Amino acid sequence: MKIKLALSLALASLWHRKGVLALVTLTLTLSVSLLLGVQYLRQEVRQSFTSTIAGTDLIVGARSGPLNLLLYTVFHIGDATNNIRWSTYQSLKEDPRIDWLVPISLGDNYRGYRVVGTDPGFYRHFRFGNDRPLQMQQGQWFDGVFEVVMGAEVARRMQHQVGDKITLSHGTGRISFLDHGDHPFTVSGILAPTGTPVDRAVYISLEGMEAIHIGWETGAPMPGRTVSSEQALQRDLTPKSITAALVGIERRVLTFQVQRAINTSSQEPLSAILPGVALSELWRLLGQFERALLAITVFVVITSLVGLVAVLLTLQAQRRREIAVLRATGASPGLIASLYALECTLLAVTACGLALLLGATGIALASPWLLDTWGLHVALRPLTPDEWKILAGVPVAALLVSLLPAWRAYRGSLHQGLTPPG
Amino acid sequence: MTIVTNATPGNLSQPLALLTHGLSFRWSEHETPIKFPDIQLPAGEHLFLQGASGSGKSTLLGLLAGMSRPTGGQLSVLGTELASLSRRKRDRFRADHQGVIFQQFNLVPYLSALDNVLLPCRLSSHRARRATPTPLQQAETLLQALDVPGSHWRKSVNHLSVGQQQRVAAARALIGSPPLILADEPTSALDADNRDRFIELLLAQCQHSETSVIFVSHDRSLASHFHHHISLTSRQEEAA
Repeated sequence: MKIKLALSLALASLWHRKGVLALVTLTLTLSVSLLLGVQYLRQEVRQSFTSTIAGTDLIVGARSGPLNLLLYTVFHIGDATNNIRWSTYQSLKEDPRIDWLVPISLGDNYRGYRVVGTDPGFYRHFRFGNDRPLQMQQGQWFDGVFEVVMGAEVARRMQHQVGDKITLSHGTGRISFLDHGDHPFTVSGILAPTGTPVDRAVYISLEGMEAIHIGWETGAPMPGRTVSSEQALQRDLTPKSITAALVGIERRVLTFQVQRAINTSSQEPLSAILPGVALSELWRLLGQFERALLAITVFVVITSLVGLVAVLLTLQAQRRREIAVLRATGASPGLIASLYALECTLLAVTACGLALLLGATGIALASPWLLDTWGLHVALRPLTPDEWKILAGVPVAALLVSLLPAWRAYRGSLHQGLTPPG
Repeated sequence: MTIVTNATPGNLSQPLALLTHGLSFRWSEHETPIKFPDIQLPAGEHLFLQGASGSGKSTLLGLLAGMSRPTGGQLSVLGTELASLSRRKRDRFRADHQGVIFQQFNLVPYLSALDNVLLPCRLSSHRARRATPTPLQQAETLLQALDVPGSHWRKSVNHLSVGQQQRVAAARALIGSPPLILADEPTSALDADNRDRFIELLLAQCQHSETSVIFVSHDRSLASHFHHHISLTSRQEEAA
């Protein structure tokens, strides 16, 4: 068969019918963009999600399920069922198998953003993404009791700079009626964006956390028992308990051993979880939704392809004269059928090209918004092999569905006489 | 079906462009076969095939072009028994050795006039080789000879008048000098002036390239332009 001739005829024919075909191509382009966009974002979200925490071997908290522990320590969702006693934390610190231990104390918020009480070890040991450490965008990690470090999103949304004074609120809810107004905190630094929940939290020292709660033993300020910031500094600010701890193990092979030791500790009921395993488990749960979304977009593409074939079948009636001329000139039924297959495939390739262009422009334009609204870092990157496969699947699917008009044209050519219909 | 005008050509000393004997065709097994007259057309001569609508003119042309296979009888086109060829070979035979002109809608709407004329050379290397000096030059020569204005050659064929479109179709049939041209009522959409001019231009070119022509029309007045003429009668006339 004369492929070159078929290709040039198909191109000329498509161009001749550009008015009608532009609309179907637009539909196909939009659906392919949707498909590609969903797959692209899926990849990005999964990447961002599964690399929310790295380098931490265990997360230890009061006894509860792994997902609950992961959610409140890493994602700041939900609350702890109980605390860990400070003495237990100290004894863990003395375990020679444990390389480092970072305390996490929760319970307050700043305008809806969680306040995390911790120590400088958090800045030193916390890793995200591909083992990336935290970095300061402005200022430095807190040093004083009443200093606070802000996550990038909190600082951006609340428009805070280093040196600003802020008031924390009691409780983890977005709306709180109890403020720690008598203990203002000074912003000592702002973290660089990470695309993780770290961006949506503020960090203070354990001592600071303790100081603002002097006189709050019942859960609310007791008149006469609260103290000023200066008075607080004179007190012993060693915490009595913390919410959880991030653990780095000296030798990785000991991780399971340490996990079992903590889980079976006789000091108090604790749970130690492997953050990677818990993250994958959580993703498996959420993954159902993103797979459903992908399936829906696949159906959208199939619908567009069916629409394309419907248009080609409608055009077929108009093309009987032209086909008769080609047949009379010696074109074989195979060549006629190949015209339909080529036209359909070429349209799909065009739609894919346009979808790539649209997608790239869309991501370039939407990435600041995504970062701002969802804290999602979506940057332009080369497509993954899987994404290329999905994209290549569109022309292949187009070729398959075009077999229907192609087959009809083939059969029609066989039974057509010499003279074209009037 | 009978031969009304007994002017069956036949000069057996010359090679034959067309030889039919006892040729018949039926569209389905339940139908009575259409029987065609015996024809012997020497190469390079022009035959006028006249018949009213329904007389089987187009069916006969379909058989001569190899689009359909005869039900019975002998059909030899340019010395080749068409009935013995496979469908693929008949398509190739048509591309290599025949030029076809229809009544109207002769052109591929998305190709320019020049590209329409060059189409047979792209479908058949045989035709391309015979288009001398080059297919493009021969196409231009033919369009010029057939009086198609040069300004229209590279434009969409939709801008051409019906007469010009028919002349572009004639140029397409003539390119690569095929030994046989089949014309199915090519003048019926033209007015009297354009009709005579078209026939004169076509036959002059065919004379020049020694091409045989089988020209089908219902219009008896055209018969005088041709060496031979045969009249086909319709089944109704036959029954009467």
